[in-house]
Amino acid sequence: MLLIHCPYCEEARPELEFRHAGEAHIARPAGIAEISDEAFEAYFFIRDNTKGIVFERWRHIHGCGRFFNAARHSVSDRFVVTYRAGEPKPELSGEQVAAAAPGGKATPANAAAGVNGKAAR
Amino acid sequence: MAEAARIHPLAGRRLALPGLSLEPCPPAERLSLRAGEDALAAIDEALGLALPRRPMASATAGGLAALWLGPDEWLIVADEGAGLAGRLAALTGIAFSAVDLSHRNTAISIDGDKAVLALAAGCPRDLSPAAFPVGACSRTVLGKAEIVLAREAPARFRVECWRSFADYVWNYLVDAAKSA
Amino acid sequence: MTVAAPHAGANRIAGKGRLSPARTVSFTFDRRPYTALAGDTLASALLANGVNLVGRSFKYHRPRGVLSAGADEPNALVGVARDAARFQPNVRATAQEVFDGLIATSQNRWPSLAFDIGAGNDFVGRFFPAGFYYKTFMWPAAAWKRLYEPVIRAAAGLGMAPKEPDPDRYANRFAHCDLLVVGAGPAGLAAALGAARAGRRVILADENAVPGGSLLATNEALIDGVPGFDWAAAVVAELSSKDNVTVLPRTTAFGYYAQNMVALAERLTDHLARPAPDAPRERLWQVRAGKVVLATGAIERQIVFADNDRPGIMLASAARLYLNHYGVTPGRKIGVYAACDSAWAAAFDLKAAGVEIAAIVDCRAEVPTDLVARANDLAIGVLAGHAVTGTSGRLRVRSMRVAPLAGGGSREFEIDCLLMSGGWTPSVHLFSQSRGGLAYDAANGRFLPGTAAQDCICVGACNGTLTLEDALAEGAAAAGVTPPDAEETASMAGHLLGAASGAGPRDFVKAFVDFQNDVTAKDIRQAVREGMRSIEHVKRYTTNGMATDQGKTANMHGLAIAAETLGKDIPEVGLTTFRPPYTPVTFGAIVNHARGELFDVTRRTPIHGWAEQNGAVFEDVGNWKRTWYFPRPGEDMAAAVNRECRTTRQVAGIFDASTLGKIEVVGPDAVGFMNLLYTNAWDRLDVGRCRYGIMLREDGYIYDDGVVGRLAEDRFHVTTTTGGAPRVLHHMEDYLQTEFPHLKVWLTSVSEQWAVVAVQGPRARDIVAPLIEDVDLAAMPHMSIRQGRCCGVPARIMRVSFTGELGFEINVPADFGRAVWEAVWERGEPLGMVPYGTEAMHVMRAEKGFIIVGQDTDGTVTPDDAGLGWAVGRSKPDFVGIRGLRRPDLAAGGRRQLVGLRTRDPRTVLEEGAQIVADPHQPVPMKMIGFVTSSYWSDNCGHSIALALIDDGRARLGQTLYVPMASETIAVEVTATVFLDPEGKRLDG
Repeated sequence: MLLIHCPYCEEARPELEFRHAGEAHIARPAGIAEISDEAFEAYFFIRDNTKGIVFERWRHIHGCGRFFNAARHSVSDRFVVTYRAGEPKPELSGEQVAAAAPGGKATPANAAAGVNGKAAR
Repeated sequence: MAEAARIHPLAGRRLALPGLSLEPCPPAERLSLRAGEDALAAIDEALGLALPRRPMASATAGGLAALWLGPDEWLIVADEGAGLAGRLAALTGIAFSAVDLSHRNTAISIDGDKAVLALAAGCPRDLSPAAFPVGACSRTVLGKAEIVLAREAPARFRVECWRSFADYVWNYLVDAAKSA
Repeated sequence: MTVAAPHAGANRIAGKGRLSPARTVSFTFDRRPYTALAGDTLASALLANGVNLVGRSFKYHRPRGVLSAGADEPNALVGVARDAARFQPNVRATAQEVFDGLIATSQNRWPSLAFDIGAGNDFVGRFFPAGFYYKTFMWPAAAWKRLYEPVIRAAAGLGMAPKEPDPDRYANRFAHCDLLVVGAGPAGLAAALGAARAGRRVILADENAVPGGSLLATNEALIDGVPGFDWAAAVVAELSSKDNVTVLPRTTAFGYYAQNMVALAERLTDHLARPAPDAPRERLWQVRAGKVVLATGAIERQIVFADNDRPGIMLASAARLYLNHYGVTPGRKIGVYAACDSAWAAAFDLKAAGVEIAAIVDCRAEVPTDLVARANDLAIGVLAGHAVTGTSGRLRVRSMRVAPLAGGGSREFEIDCLLMSGGWTPSVHLFSQSRGGLAYDAANGRFLPGTAAQDCICVGACNGTLTLEDALAEGAAAAGVTPPDAEETASMAGHLLGAASGAGPRDFVKAFVDFQNDVTAKDIRQAVREGMRSIEHVKRYTTNGMATDQGKTANMHGLAIAAETLGKDIPEVGLTTFRPPYTPVTFGAIVNHARGELFDVTRRTPIHGWAEQNGAVFEDVGNWKRTWYFPRPGEDMAAAVNRECRTTRQVAGIFDASTLGKIEVVGPDAVGFMNLLYTNAWDRLDVGRCRYGIMLREDGYIYDDGVVGRLAEDRFHVTTTTGGAPRVLHHMEDYLQTEFPHLKVWLTSVSEQWAVVAVQGPRARDIVAPLIEDVDLAAMPHMSIRQGRCCGVPARIMRVSFTGELGFEINVPADFGRAVWEAVWERGEPLGMVPYGTEAMHVMRAEKGFIIVGQDTDGTVTPDDAGLGWAVGRSKPDFVGIRGLRRPDLAAGGRRQLVGLRTRDPRTVLEEGAQIVADPHQPVPMKMIGFVTSSYWSDNCGHSIALALIDDGRARLGQTLYVPMASETIAVEVTATVFLDPEGKRLDG
């Protein structure tokens, strides 16, 4: 179960309170009635489904009820950042992306002890 | 005409175990209040209570409790006969929504040293005093049901849920209480 | 050597162990009664009583004894029972505590453990090689169903599951802590103590009943000057006394998930003779930890030599634990086969307790001189640079054959027990599950925790640490405190990986790698020869390390043999994936509270009780129980539904519509929002009027429908389908919050605020009117809404009809629903009104051609397809779905359209879902042109009626089409969708 930081509740909450809501930053085109078939296809049917950093929507449906956006690594499941609906897509730094990648060292775990096999003869 | 009889969805239930009791809360007036920043000052005045502006916060004054549920959403709970709708009806020229939920929700009071343990059987939230202090409130889940949880005292919580979920929530808390 | 009183077991050594000889309990194994001491495991009790044969192996049915003393046990899997329903197969005898009255039975043998027919598999073992099933049971294909599968299924599986429902209760707890410590050995205790004293919230979980981990097996270790076992007990006592600490014995951390979520299974009653009746048997803990300390220890490996599986052959560390903690010796004349220092400690302790040690055989040419000196002091013969190349003995080991590695003649030693140690495998299961990377330590032949992926830290033996002093230091460092002083002589250094001498590629022997799955060194080599290059393939082909073992004993040896056969280094071949659960977890613990009435939410309306008292039959609609029909005595469903339909149209019917979804849309921009979310034009809907609304998805297909009433300029009462209520609100919130956030409007679910009493039929107004105040029903036109009072309580009264009759839906605050329903019933019953259920509702709406979204639509139906094109506002500039409707395929002619069907024989009722063809004589496969969506017998019409989606359906009115069924082909005529009162005259009563 993931922990997800809700940008409205300003707190990390258990995944059970949330519902995933698909890819983020796909705006309904202005004047949608008149757009071309290609433009409608791109808007409604085509999704990136990236392996790596994804921008996605969540709803804190059993919490504050708000939709919001998140940048998450689709392999490690690590969240880079969550932000309110309507805010621009954030620029992620190289360090942020690296920290979210699988195998990325999220914490300095093990550094403190670091005595693997020290006493091996 | 004689008024139709009111039947509480949890009428007649009660559970008392060592360190834990469960009791249906009496009927209450409830309002879902939805409003933007611009309307809050006027609403505060009409209700005689400052709506809490921070997540998870609640406020009580004059027999009213206001629970922050979302950035533009409050659950107002008052004793029967408080006339909540009437107090807001006079407000004109501001945009807000007030919808009567007195019968949609019902509530259970869970009280005792083991209350936190019973709730933790189905609620994934950290209910330690530091994370969820007295006065805190939030929509969350208990098992497969959505609830609004409010901590009224160190060992007493109010669990609000929709009326048709009340049977499930009650039974869940009973099962959890027996296991706590 | 002195032997304790016989009741404690013949192999119990007086003065040894920590159990009290005064506290005895009784149990049975394969129906024979035995006596144990309180605190015994089933394995220690059996060994104390001289029972060495405890099971038969899975494939070859070879006799097997106790191998280990913990969760890694592959052999001693038994059934444990309290009563018929409380029977659990595949329990590790090494982990099951004995309680008074425990009933244990051996598995995988018939007719008895000592004489087992299936053991014949052992002698034909050459015909059961790796991949046997894949290769053998191939042809003929027909034999699979009748022959192979039944035989394989009968032979497969370990143990028998009980048939009775599980009578026990299970519980769940979500928990949060600063520090979760897994393992109460010296390293884990040091970490937990440091963090607890610093005031942090600590959870300490250990799979055993008694804390101490490796300290249980030794009497030599001193920590802060006291024996290690006593130190552990004192630490746990201090931890248990603290409010900020939760100590969980008998609790296995079995899964490590994202963001430091760790699942624990706590066994609460399996060790008790008479648990409290209400006490949960197990509790699932879902722990969210700020930081996790993994102090999961290490598992001793066997040595892979010929016939290394006879009863009496045991891991050296297990024997040491049985002696020092349980006071039990596993034999009287014991051989030791070591590749690791720790095995020597077992020999020393046993010898000191008076047990004869035949010899210590160590495959290392050079062993630490202090060990040799101590062996000499104790007069134990040492054979360094030697190997055990074989054993004898059918139901118990009788001798071992020892040969020098350098070559030369072998010697035979008479023994009744053989201890072995191939070194230690750090338990990196949980660390690996956390997605931490493992690093291969070639010098010591093991994988160690490498890069952590989460905030966790490995300490002690699971981190590869070999001495007590270092383990304590790591544990203390994890909590940022100074470690206690430690003193211990035993070390875990030394190892042997892969097949030992005498079990090489040219040796035709059974040297077991995986005891539980009967995988030998030969099987691994054969898998590689047959093309399995990846260790994941080798695992699946041979089943090495699968099932409950999950790689505890078998993995490293299997990997080493595969690597050797492939001519590669171990890290190149890789390691199989560690997956939860670490040890088997009961379904009960996973399901916990969600059983019986708590399996799922059952929603009931305020009127449910009345319906129940009046004989209603209910159907499930989502989580709701809805009234299906009200049979009278002697009536079947058809008779009841026919009567309900007839009477409603002749007099009146009362219907519980409380489950309908209801959303209140409020705000100055309410009408603008409605215009965007529904196809209809709402600007000209006057206050007090209702309209049937259709909601589309952006692709132009029908998503939901319902009647919408305008209560005020800025307030709408929107109804949705029963099942659609939550998703419709979610869909509306999505657009409001993310696409139209500029609109000042708010949405509130009021589905359960209002109970809905629907009264339909020509007498509806007469029945309802006397109960209504403040509203003139006679002045209410069809499709209108008023706010007034009913039975003295506030009401929203809608004049609407889903039956085609004059009808009212009275919405009252839900707690008043039952009383209002009863008041209406009291008025209506004398006039002949009947209660009706959802089935009659479905029939009557179909008679009128009204659709049910999800039954007559399937997510590919447009409003025009459903004959509802009139509900789409033509001049609206925008609504959700406007562009979808203009897609070429949706705008093209010839689409599948909703029509009515009448069967040529009026009594024939079509099957819903039946396919429709134009020409029944065409060759198969026939061209299907549509299907039946709704079909009923209509007593009011006197014939069957059906709705169907048919290609270009409206152009086929009057045509005869065909519904081919298995027994006959049914001719149908295409009709309009309205079967009754097409002019709508009945709406006025």
